[in-house]
Amino acid sequence: MFMENTRTVTMDKLMIKCSNICKTFESKHDSNEVIRDFNLEIKENEFVVLFGPGQCGKTTLLNIIAGLEQATMGQVFINGHEIKEPGPDRGMVYQTIALFPWLTVMGNVEFGPKVLGVKKKERKERSQYYIDLVGLQGYEKHFPVKLSGGMSQRVGIARAYCNNPAVILLDEPFGHLDAQTRYLMEEELEKICSKERRTIVFVTNNIEEAIYLADRIVLLTNCPTTTKKEYIIDIQKPRDYTSSEFLKLRKEITNETDQTI
Amino acid sequence: MMSVQTIMKGSKCSNVSSEASVVVKNLTKSFGNLLVLDDVSFNVCRGEFLCIVGPTGCGKTTFLNSLTKLYNIDKGEILVEDKPIDLKKHNIAYIFQEYSTMPWLKVEENVSFGLRIKGYSEDVIKKRVDKVIGMVGLEKYRHYYPKQLSASMLQRVVIARAFAIEPELLLMDEPYGQLDLQLRYKLEDELLRLWEETGVTVIFITHNIEEAVYLSDRILVLTNKPTKIKEDLVNELPRPRDIADSGFVELRNKVTDLIKWW
Repeated sequence: MFMENTRTVTMDKLMIKCSNICKTFESKHDSNEVIRDFNLEIKENEFVVLFGPGQCGKTTLLNIIAGLEQATMGQVFINGHEIKEPGPDRGMVYQTIALFPWLTVMGNVEFGPKVLGVKKKERKERSQYYIDLVGLQGYEKHFPVKLSGGMSQRVGIARAYCNNPAVILLDEPFGHLDAQTRYLMEEELEKICSKERRTIVFVTNNIEEAIYLADRIVLLTNCPTTTKKEYIIDIQKPRDYTSSEFLKLRKEITNETDQTI
Repeated sequence: MMSVQTIMKGSKCSNVSSEASVVVKNLTKSFGNLLVLDDVSFNVCRGEFLCIVGPTGCGKTTFLNSLTKLYNIDKGEILVEDKPIDLKKHNIAYIFQEYSTMPWLKVEENVSFGLRIKGYSEDVIKKRVDKVIGMVGLEKYRHYYPKQLSASMLQRVVIARAFAIEPELLLMDEPYGQLDLQLRYKLEDELLRLWEETGVTVIFITHNIEEAVYLSDRILVLTNKPTKIKEDLVNELPRPRDIADSGFVELRNKVTDLIKWW
């Protein structure tokens, strides 16, 4: 039988460490400084939201943690190991959803374990567990084209969890959904996270979403990106979008956020 | 069917008169066997800001497209200022969900497009374009092409184009759905300012309940297919509104309860 959660919960263990990250995109004609001296430490099983105005460089930062992009300067450590390239210890959920269109829901979810050479029986069990967890039982054999936006992103989340990674990175996963489906997905993700604790880095430009989900919000400045302020969110979960403490915090953070045109 | 009394209550905004600008009677529309709009009737007062909300996929866009007769309708009557709606005769501006700018035209050419079609003289066109481009703050960008602009700027181009024809009726289909929150706040406030300045009647479709409560004088809550009017709520919260205000939260929760499916 596949073990539901093999990870021991030790709240104070350091999981992710970003030290002095700088990133400049160089082209023939100009150079664009996107991230300047960014530092962050994330503990195991913490849910951290990187929040900032549009186009401020949040995705670039997440890509560096994922190993998809190299920092110009500085290092990222996960579990003490320096990150140079993508790896199975980090699951990623993309803004564009990015499912494999030629694979079924099951095929998408079991892709990671398959590549890692997990035996078929265990792989199927594990995939089924996560498909059930995201509420897609009955859709295992469907292809992505047949799914709605919200359902597709559920597959994306199940796929990220299925490799049993230490860290899950989510890049504006609900940005393309309409407001109502977004509320639904936020509630679902909150349930999944309370059941399956992981270290999570979640990028968004939606302040409601940030406060609803986060243990801690890291407010970023506009380009070049660096930390402006941090907020520990200690409102009891699940949270109420219209409670007075929620709205007060929302205003406070919105006022602190840099303006873009 | 909505009673006249509900309509007369309208809003306390100085812009709004009690006379109906738009009258919709028994609007019905189906695609094949699928009934989408089921005998919908309502009025909109002159100068009123009406928001229409409903569950995802309930047919809000079909609603607006049927209203303007961009779609053929099965049954019903739509009057604007007492005459059957006619996109050629009436001054109606429609802002679509996508940024429907024309990529081969510069900002100012996009903005003047409607005016040229309507055959205004160059003098009037220049005056109007200067005015609306100033209103949305794009003076510096009038010679740019759409692809050189950010999403919020494109949305402003579209808004400027809509206001250039000095519409009597402005229809907006989820115009801010794809923008991030900070930009949305900003454009919402800009829209309210323009609305107050010009006194235009607005029908604004949105998924977002908070947005509807923030903007509207009145909210129509729709049911899922077939679409009917579930509730007609008057929103008399004083402007500028505050999302944390208790009246605001109360109305927001009320509308949420009416359409919550998630």
